[in-house]
Amino acid sequence: MSAPLAEVEQLVKRFPLTRGVVLRRRVGEVAAVDDVTLAVHEGESLGIVGETGSGKSTLARILLNLLDPTGGVVRWRGEDVTRVRGARLHALRRARQLVFQDPAGSLNPRKTVGAAVADPFAIHGLLPERAERARRVAELLEQVGLGAAAANRYPHELSGGMRQRVGIARAIALGPELLVADEPVSALDVSIQAQILTLLRDLRRDLGLTLVLIAHDLAVVRHMCDRVAVMREGRLVEVAPVEELYAAPRADYTRELLAAVPRIPGPAPSGPAPEPPQSSSSSST
Amino acid sequence: MSALLRVEDLHVAFDTRDGTVQAVDGVSFAVAPGRTLGIVGESGSGKTVAATSAMGLVRGPRVRTSGRVLLDGEDVLEASAERLRGLRGATIAMVFQDPLSALHPLIRVGDQISEALRAHAGARGLSRAAARARAIELLDQVAIQDPRRRVDAYPHELSGGMRQRALIAMAIANEPRVLIADEPTTALDVTVQRQILALLRRLRDELGMAMVLITHDLGVVAETADEVAVMYAGRIVEQAPAAELFATPQHPYTWGLLRAMPRLDAPAGSALVPIPGKPPSLIGPPSGCRFHPRCAYVRERHRQVDPELQPVNGAPEHRVACLLPEAERRALWAGLAAESVR
Repeated sequence: MSAPLAEVEQLVKRFPLTRGVVLRRRVGEVAAVDDVTLAVHEGESLGIVGETGSGKSTLARILLNLLDPTGGVVRWRGEDVTRVRGARLHALRRARQLVFQDPAGSLNPRKTVGAAVADPFAIHGLLPERAERARRVAELLEQVGLGAAAANRYPHELSGGMRQRVGIARAIALGPELLVADEPVSALDVSIQAQILTLLRDLRRDLGLTLVLIAHDLAVVRHMCDRVAVMREGRLVEVAPVEELYAAPRADYTRELLAAVPRIPGPAPSGPAPEPPQSSSSSST
Repeated sequence: MSALLRVEDLHVAFDTRDGTVQAVDGVSFAVAPGRTLGIVGESGSGKTVAATSAMGLVRGPRVRTSGRVLLDGEDVLEASAERLRGLRGATIAMVFQDPLSALHPLIRVGDQISEALRAHAGARGLSRAAARARAIELLDQVAIQDPRRRVDAYPHELSGGMRQRALIAMAIANEPRVLIADEPTTALDVTVQRQILALLRRLRDELGMAMVLITHDLGVVAETADEVAVMYAGRIVEQAPAAELFATPQHPYTWGLLRAMPRLDAPAGSALVPIPGKPPSLIGPPSGCRFHPRCAYVRERHRQVDPELQPVNGAPEHRVACLLPEAERRALWAGLAAESVR
């Protein structure tokens, strides 16, 4: 097999614990990520599951060079990128993008949706032609199901689900190879969650993206991922193909997480939506 | 058993600059002691407004309310501010979603619980020492480890799960007869959620409380509620005993929620089926059936006729507001359920 798309080896990230406000002093350290080795293969969808404080978000940020590790190696297509800076890092940003949990907090309230989605092009000096940039923004907004007209609206005019679509449009704007989504739906209502997850799934298929989905919920990951990594207190507890993990979890902690997911009685209705009996006005937003 | 909390034809409207928001539009429900009603709905469905009106919290110059909210026979909507202060905390209490903002950050947890106790101690009063002893007892009752130490903790020193436990301790301090829990586990990890739900069930049984659980998560309801009301755009669109609702849901919106839920017993990699569109604005909601713009089974008539909540044949406790013929609904659901087996 060729080199994984992205990987971390014996990754460690420690944060200092401090006391005092004026006279800050170090009183210890906490290992947010503690000796984690994990690879993401091209084209796959990998779920990273863990509870608050498990280190899953820290791991994702190190994977994207948004945070420097204390120890260990980060690789991209086999290249050691642990401490890259400057032009190389700038180039890597294009290939690897992050979708945030809180779409409201990650959008500038004073910028229109169009300007927000055009940002990545400005930052990377792409599509300097104004009309060309506007055309591409419109295309992206269509692609995430917002429609080109959304370009003139402001974040506060949008619902949470629509804002998350803007976040996704920004993330895919530069044609990344790897998309890391950090709890992309945990702030959304159930019916909207399914819309966003379905969008991510479709984009992954259409754009050939590799997806890392960070979640606290094993049920979401089951619908979205090929492989699952379970983290607890900075350590990797178990990594397995999705079927295997759910059918025969090896770690006690995985079993505990599985047992904690509320069970819904009755049949699990799935599959495509049936056709409406008559032509109707039901349409996707 | 007769209901402790009975909401009858409740309407709540808010006057805003953009128009009148009809947040709750003719909602009725009842909860008996020792029972739990789950109110399920999305943001803006009116579930929180419907339930908090029972606390007399929905008041003000720009709020218009009609209907009745009977708490042990007494109409809360008519109660004076003074009477409400007596009821809140003592007869009816509430657990909020975000324990960090519901707790005062600069007051020790034990003191906050003591305050709740002393507020309702009556003319005889309650000494500081006695209140503190009772606070420790309460922390123990909600399974906080080492309550003698935690009683002196500040909220930021506790984990999210422990804060929620402390908030629950405060809510049950005066042994209320009705407990309203508004998304009590939404901010928590799944393993902690499980513990908190178990705690709420235990306290409900121990204290014989009538409980209203507000949530957007059908899984939470399945594990906790005896009866479920599904709200959409200010109305209850389906209401049934929990087992009945999950076995034979009748409303296309309920089906939509069930199909949109990620679940562990679905085949791995199976698609989630989103409900298209988004919840309607409550300023000028859709005509006819309010769900019709998002419904896959809409007919021309459904755009004009507003369905009423009516009992399902053979199951008087199961009521649904849907204009589709019942036989057709059953056939449609059977089809959806069969797809999962395939």
